[in-house]
Amino acid sequence: MHLTRVGLTDVRSYDRAEVRLEPGVTLFLGANAQGKTNLVEAVLRAAIGSSHRVSGDQALVRRDHDLGVIRLEARTDNGRRRTLDVEIGSGRRTRTRVDGNDVTRAADAAGVVKVVMFAPEDVAVIRGDPGERRRFLDDLLGQRRPAYVSTRSDYDRVLRQRNQLLKQARGLSGSSAEAAVATLESWTRQLVHHGATLMAARLAAVHALSGIVRDTYHDVADRPEPVTMAYESSTGRTVQADPGAGVPDPAPLAEELRAALAEVADEERRRGITLVGPHRDDLVLAIDDLPARTHASQGEAWSLALALRVATHDVLAEVGDRPLVILDDVFAELDLTRRRRLADRCDHWDQVLVTAAVESDVPLRAAHVVEVTMRDRVSSLSPRGEVAEESA
Amino acid sequence: MLYEGAVQDLIDELGRLPGIGPKSAQRVAFHLLQVDADEANRLATAITTVKETVRFCARCFNISEAEECQVCRDTRRDPTVLCVVEEPRDLIAIERTREYRGRYHVLGGAISPIDGVGPDDLHVRELIARLDDEGVQEVILATNPNVEGEATASYLSRLVQPLGVAVTRLASGLPVGGDLDYADEVTLARSFTGRRAVD
Ligand SMILES: [Zn+2]
Repeated sequence: MHLTRVGLTDVRSYDRAEVRLEPGVTLFLGANAQGKTNLVEAVLRAAIGSSHRVSGDQALVRRDHDLGVIRLEARTDNGRRRTLDVEIGSGRRTRTRVDGNDVTRAADAAGVVKVVMFAPEDVAVIRGDPGERRRFLDDLLGQRRPAYVSTRSDYDRVLRQRNQLLKQARGLSGSSAEAAVATLESWTRQLVHHGATLMAARLAAVHALSGIVRDTYHDVADRPEPVTMAYESSTGRTVQADPGAGVPDPAPLAEELRAALAEVADEERRRGITLVGPHRDDLVLAIDDLPARTHASQGEAWSLALALRVATHDVLAEVGDRPLVILDDVFAELDLTRRRRLADRCDHWDQVLVTAAVESDVPLRAAHVVEVTMRDRVSSLSPRGEVAEESA
Repeated sequence: MLYEGAVQDLIDELGRLPGIGPKSAQRVAFHLLQVDADEANRLATAITTVKETVRFCARCFNISEAEECQVCRDTRRDPTVLCVVEEPRDLIAIERTREYRGRYHVLGGAISPIDGVGPDDLHVRELIARLDDEGVQEVILATNPNVEGEATASYLSRLVQPLGVAVTRLASGLPVGGDLDYADEVTLARSFTGRRAVD
């Protein structure tokens, strides 16, 4: 799929801006802090429900304004027009419209615009805490199948309820403690059910990614060391990725979760918190059998992060539309060889939005160049070769 | 800021209503200040009347204007089947389908530790008592299809099944995460015919 138009109203440094887009490479060119990353961040927020820079929506709204609007228009691989409008504001609920209709659940907007972004922040997926890698897997799976988003939010809700119950029961004794624990099983059942579904999906994703990550790393990093992936479950089991493996059956995973939960039951009661489940799992990446989290050099971490995103594109493309790709401030960080290898990749993608400060850093024949400039703290977008549109 | 006496009292009372935050309470209060006395009195009377004449059915905890509600008083209803719902509005939604001929039991909510609601805060004990007293043979769990409704259904099924009463759960097809009374009537009617045994 590709975006045909992005419209921003009071988002970050934009008051009112609009840009029309076409398939192929579009280069957003501008000096630092002019608003390039603000633009792609807004696209990511609308498409996948979170931004790569901040966790809260509040920071996305233009300073001293109450409401920001992000509008994406896209065309699917079979020519269907889709629109996504996201209104974010201070102290109010986000309002999302898909094809003009209000939606209330995050799952309804998931996957409408499929996008893969690679940015300097991605190094955190390699070197950051396990939460970064869980989020990487969850973002991928949510775009692949909207049902994953529903399961994930049900799981989170069950987890909150279960933790609350464990915390309440901790202060009780005798019959009131027994009464509280009588309902624990109802939450454990759902935790196991939704948890096994999440685990099966994540394992399938890890298997599917592994072969592509390994090959891409070789190609991009130009290094011979093998990259391996594994899913480390809080049940104590680690599953080595196998590109040939399919989607695991959730039933044995549910058994595994249930057995592991039984083992920590006493400790859970004592600590008042759920100790086993996909909310505590990790994705282990290793280069030459050494954990990348602790051992990868900056260059290796970069190449591996890029390989993960390339693989994400391919895995997303297996189901439904092919995603568009955003490369945010990436080329400047790479050496010449890697720049050229990344540029070769871009030829295979339907639409690529690239941000850069220096045009010569990007060895791409960009079909379109949009200049991003800031004046009086307001960013504007001017397609090269056209008369700059004055912002209203 | 705080307003003078009566106005602040009104804002405080409104703010206690479900789904009404401080800002909405303020807005409603100022709206009420501006309407004419007749309109305000109609609202006040409606509230007083409902508290005086309407109560909860002594048997099933549905809304009722008598000791027992319409459904419980209707002798043509099958007393051996009991449909368990969270709120009276869920009962109304099911009644509208005209598919169900048994009786009801209204729990008054769902288990939710976050909201401090456990089984003791719901009409669970009364439900268990009715099973024997009324010779109930089947319990249909029609709690909402969200995680709290599922937890409540799962808890009740483990409580009821050992008593030798058949337990079924409304078949899915209801909007996920939605409340029962928002379910469209066709889906709801269909889910009654397709209810499944709880494992
Ligand atoms: Zn009744």
